[in-house]
Amino acid sequence: MIKATPKPLEEIIDFVKDYNKILVAGCDGCVTVCEAGGMKEAKVLGSALRLYYTQAGKDHEVVETTITRQCDKEYLEELKDMMENADAVVSIACGCGIQYLTENYPKKVVFPGVDTHFMGINADRGLFEERCAGCGQCVLGTTGGICPIARCSKRMLNGPCGGSEAGKCEISKDTPCGWHLIYERLETLGQMNRFLEPVDPKNWRSSRDGGPRVIIREDLRKAEPQHGSAH
Amino acid sequence: MRLQYPTHIHIIKVPCSGRVDLIHILMAVEQGADGVFVAGCLEGDCHYMHGNLFARKRVERAKEILEKTGVGKDRVEMYNLSAGQGSRWAEICREFDERIMKLGPSPIRLAHEKKAA
Repeated sequence: MIKATPKPLEEIIDFVKDYNKILVAGCDGCVTVCEAGGMKEAKVLGSALRLYYTQAGKDHEVVETTITRQCDKEYLEELKDMMENADAVVSIACGCGIQYLTENYPKKVVFPGVDTHFMGINADRGLFEERCAGCGQCVLGTTGGICPIARCSKRMLNGPCGGSEAGKCEISKDTPCGWHLIYERLETLGQMNRFLEPVDPKNWRSSRDGGPRVIIREDLRKAEPQHGSAH
Repeated sequence: MRLQYPTHIHIIKVPCSGRVDLIHILMAVEQGADGVFVAGCLEGDCHYMHGNLFARKRVERAKEILEKTGVGKDRVEMYNLSAGQGSRWAEICREFDERIMKLGPSPIRLAHEKKAA
């Protein structure tokens, strides 16, 4: 899931200090799981903003809510009344949710309340690790299920490089070498012949290099009415 | 033991200090409490393993929020003592009360009173 962390409170206060009616909008999706933007976090941020306004002697109205997903239009519509009543909105959804909220309410000022980081797993309570870089062309089938794009610091397709030492990456002794992990895994699977042939360069057009990406799944799209049909 | 401690300390009982969430501390301050302290069991003695350690982290976070919102971090504190330390309890109450008296009324309470007047 997408991983985010709360923005420093002083940064959020600086965003909203000149507004009076604030809506703190959380999301019940990924950011709830990583405890950055769910109802609990929305309540805490709302309370903190009320404390700030009250001690500063400013009139204010701070309300908090969450919706199922801020990256879906039908859920964003549920916010209509609250959005109308707010001068400014602090969205604590991921970067996608914040942007889609802005797109759907173009006349409202929306500020981010979290920093969105990556797609990762919950290794432990409060410990999130990146696993997928969203490159658009999955290579996990040939790398023993360990991603060289997300887990090798150089995104190498043929590794490990000379910076790998005792299973760790040269960037930090705390960072496992992705290719060392792949090597060990392929050894366990008895697929060491994978290393006999170098892998051809990857098609990076499906990654970020082509600008913002769009997926069109014709099988999921609504059927367009046929032109000139009897109806 | 007939130990004396300030009478205006309002006690909210919870089964474990780990039950105290960040929002509970903030809500108390928001509703006008001049200070809030969380009294947990001695560290290493939690019957629920880590409750008092979680409570300490939440108090630290509450301090950070109160400092950044201008209320002041000293209005919140974490204490650890066992159920058998009645005299320490009275001492903590007196100590915290003295600290809050020195800080004066919370700006939040003053703002509420001003608005009500």
